[in-house]
Amino acid sequence: MSNYRILNTRARRVDAVDKITGRAMYTDDFQRPNMLYAALLHSPLAHARILNIDTSRAEALPGVKAVVTWREAGTVPYGVSPARYDETIFCYDKVRYVGDEIAAVAASDLDTALEAINLIKVNFEELPLVLDGLTAMNDGQPRLHDQYKNNMCAEVHWHFGDIEQGRRESHIIRTDKLTSKMQDGAFMEPQSVLAEVDAQGDLIMYSSTQAPHYVQRTLAMALQMPLHKVRVIKPAVGGGFGPKASCSTAELATCLLAMKTGRPVKITFDREQVFLHSRARHQFFHTMTTGIKKDGTLSFLDHHCILDGGAYASFGIATIYYAGSLLGGPYRLKNMKYDGYRVVTNKPACGAQRGHGAVIARALFEVQLDRLAEELGLDPIELRLKNVMEAGETTCNELFVSSFGMREALEAVRDSAAWQTKRERAGKTHRNGKGIGAACGFFVSGAGYSIYRSRTYHCTVITKVDEVGGGVLVQSGAADIGQGSDTVLAMITAEELGITLDDVRVVSGDSKLSVDLGAYSSRTTLMTGHACREAAQDVKRQILSAIAALLSVPPETLDLKDGFLVSLAGPLDISELRREYLREHLGFTDLPEGPQLTFAEAGRIAFLELGAIVGTGKYKPPPLGGSFKGAAVGTSPAFGCSAQVAEVTVDLETGRVTVDKITGAHDCGFAINRTQVEGQMQGSMMMGMGEALMEQIQYDTKGRIVNANLAEYKIPTALDMPHLEAIIVESHEPHGPYGAKEVGEGAIMPVIPSILNAIYDATGVRIDELPITPERVVAALRTGGK
Amino acid sequence: MKKLITLTVNGVLHELAVEPRRTLLQVIREDLGLTGTEKGCGIGDCGTCTVLVDGVATFSCLTLAVQVEGCAVETVESLAENGKLNALQQAFVDHGAVQCGYCSPGMLMTSTELLRRNPHPTEQEIRRAISGNLCRCTGYQKIVEAIQAAAGGQHE
Repeated sequence: MSNYRILNTRARRVDAVDKITGRAMYTDDFQRPNMLYAALLHSPLAHARILNIDTSRAEALPGVKAVVTWREAGTVPYGVSPARYDETIFCYDKVRYVGDEIAAVAASDLDTALEAINLIKVNFEELPLVLDGLTAMNDGQPRLHDQYKNNMCAEVHWHFGDIEQGRRESHIIRTDKLTSKMQDGAFMEPQSVLAEVDAQGDLIMYSSTQAPHYVQRTLAMALQMPLHKVRVIKPAVGGGFGPKASCSTAELATCLLAMKTGRPVKITFDREQVFLHSRARHQFFHTMTTGIKKDGTLSFLDHHCILDGGAYASFGIATIYYAGSLLGGPYRLKNMKYDGYRVVTNKPACGAQRGHGAVIARALFEVQLDRLAEELGLDPIELRLKNVMEAGETTCNELFVSSFGMREALEAVRDSAAWQTKRERAGKTHRNGKGIGAACGFFVSGAGYSIYRSRTYHCTVITKVDEVGGGVLVQSGAADIGQGSDTVLAMITAEELGITLDDVRVVSGDSKLSVDLGAYSSRTTLMTGHACREAAQDVKRQILSAIAALLSVPPETLDLKDGFLVSLAGPLDISELRREYLREHLGFTDLPEGPQLTFAEAGRIAFLELGAIVGTGKYKPPPLGGSFKGAAVGTSPAFGCSAQVAEVTVDLETGRVTVDKITGAHDCGFAINRTQVEGQMQGSMMMGMGEALMEQIQYDTKGRIVNANLAEYKIPTALDMPHLEAIIVESHEPHGPYGAKEVGEGAIMPVIPSILNAIYDATGVRIDELPITPERVVAALRTGGK
Repeated sequence: MKKLITLTVNGVLHELAVEPRRTLLQVIREDLGLTGTEKGCGIGDCGTCTVLVDGVATFSCLTLAVQVEGCAVETVESLAENGKLNALQQAFVDHGAVQCGYCSPGMLMTSTELLRRNPHPTEQEIRRAISGNLCRCTGYQKIVEAIQAAAGGQHE
């Protein structure tokens, strides 16, 4: 068991009470005197040249305060990856998807703003569309962007080891395919932005963002403002899962309107706009050829993938690399080739979404392992156990795995789900619609490099002791978007200073407080956790040195524990310090007594000696990765891994799949908060299950989304979800604070393949297209499901 | 043309002049400043905006304020009394049923109605009751456990 008082417990979230009493403030909850409401004009066409934009009627409408187009906004290119800046605040030459933004209006009320939007007249010249990701790169296809020849936004060609050698060593080689559909983040809070300019001319933007720092940079760059005059504040955020990580036109346009009118301006997306803006899961077309030796060890993987990324690059450059690099683990695989192509099409831009880039690749690879196991006559879990990496190993693409509970996780789900018994009961023939399947996963614990090239620290934390004594304030730019990072920071601080969670306040998500790259790539617990620990230790050192000097004892004989300053070397005479504290508090009740100084006394006296007690912490990963092109993506100071068993029932008449139970185990290194780790795992299971069974954005032939709402874009309800068993594995990551690493995204990795494998077990047919709708199951049953 | 209505919200009687097309959600959030009730979709798909109208769980985004003239409305702000969480809220906190928190107010109001109607629901009854309230964070597991615990009297 752990020796911690607070870490590794089920401490309550620091923001839970605000959230269940209605006090928590999300961006749309804010009102300002004189606030204006903004609306956006979205393109009704998927691909067209803009001939003319006439805003005169909109400008003349009473109540309209500003109308902006590219003429006001300029055409500074921006995006996520500096190498692929392909967006402008507003379209000026062309529109590239239904929803692309052309203009924005600020008016005294929302109805007027919306009416004004309808009065803007745009003349288009329609252009031929590119809607199919598979053929988008073919010669003769219309081109979306001048800079992307053949609509090729990015391609990756990697070859590690020697796949020809792998081929020669293989006993069985097989090729399989898996296709997915674009998916939506479907977070409950639609994006919302409130921008204002203060008396000093600083631009202050409140936004439901996952990454205040990157957004601050993009606003400053695209709006041509000095960086320090731009402040991004993230209030409570109702989920993000990736799509809220990139800067949006809503953010840029709202700022522009606030600058132009001098008044606060707010915009909140309706649900359709969430779908139109997207920046969510790409569509993937994977083909994999995998070889295995007679003894069940993997010999090679030859992987080909096309990603349909929609109209702009967004996070897609990272996506295409992740799709290849994260197959380097969790199995020993010496020979791996990857050819990835990310194309642009006339659909909403795709970006990052939980399990960034790697989810569908993982799904196909794990299906292949099942098929190879079957051909070899091996139990699929046995086959996996034969190949799993151990801590201290490096993948063929040079990812070093410093802690790795993969074997433990796999054994845990095998035993907890009674795998053996259920497989044996199934016998050699497929059960009558009842099936069980397993899969593993592998994911980064924080991206090794920032998105822009820099030696920047990935985060800093500033922790200050209240000068009056007793309380501690933790300041961080980290973004709690619901995953619970504020609670993690509070727990770490309380643990280090020997105080209660209630003594700690966390203010975060504000670009003015500190640099933090944000909530993406499952980085916050490891990275900001490190910085937070360092800041708390800095505070502690200052307090102890001040008191030690006053008491004439060596500081190393002192510690802060359970709310007191304690001596490790016999009793201390604190009477003089106590007297001073009491003298300051004449008239107060509940004053300290007893032989030990309280934390409040120690903090106060340290302040009297030294002035403000401010501790700082910082973190950036060491240089990581190989020297090949694109080696930076996929690197991480640590890697999480997970295993899962899904049990399903398939109605062989209707093709309907019911998931009866999911048992998952995830190696998070060390669970800072056990309840929150389980929560991330269970949330991943739900999201993965939705993506496996029901989630798909559907388009008509003109590139319009036909299901841009939460009734027709289905996500699982409480009735769809089975019992979710979450098993925590702790491998004690040497590079993580207290041994901790990620859980936010890694846990989604095995979900889709474990369901695919269970469906095969239940039916004897394989499905090669997601989502696994009843129609696809019935079709597979009819054709024998190749 | 605004219409004058009376509405009791969380026990307080309000006289309001509202345009007939304004929703109960808008009136609660914008006119009364009760921003605990959130909007997730505006078209009745997600359940985020659920409040109780005369004790019945209702999507406030699909309800016009003038439709509920004279009714008693309860929002999430009514649940805690004198600053003390009620048993259901306490269960949500203790069981980790809250992540991003955006669905929580609606989830709480729906389960409040359930527990008044059926103080000891089965797991399946709980899942059915909250099946109109979408949550993207939790997989519903800890929400179901929290409601079960509240019903089991563990948080009295």
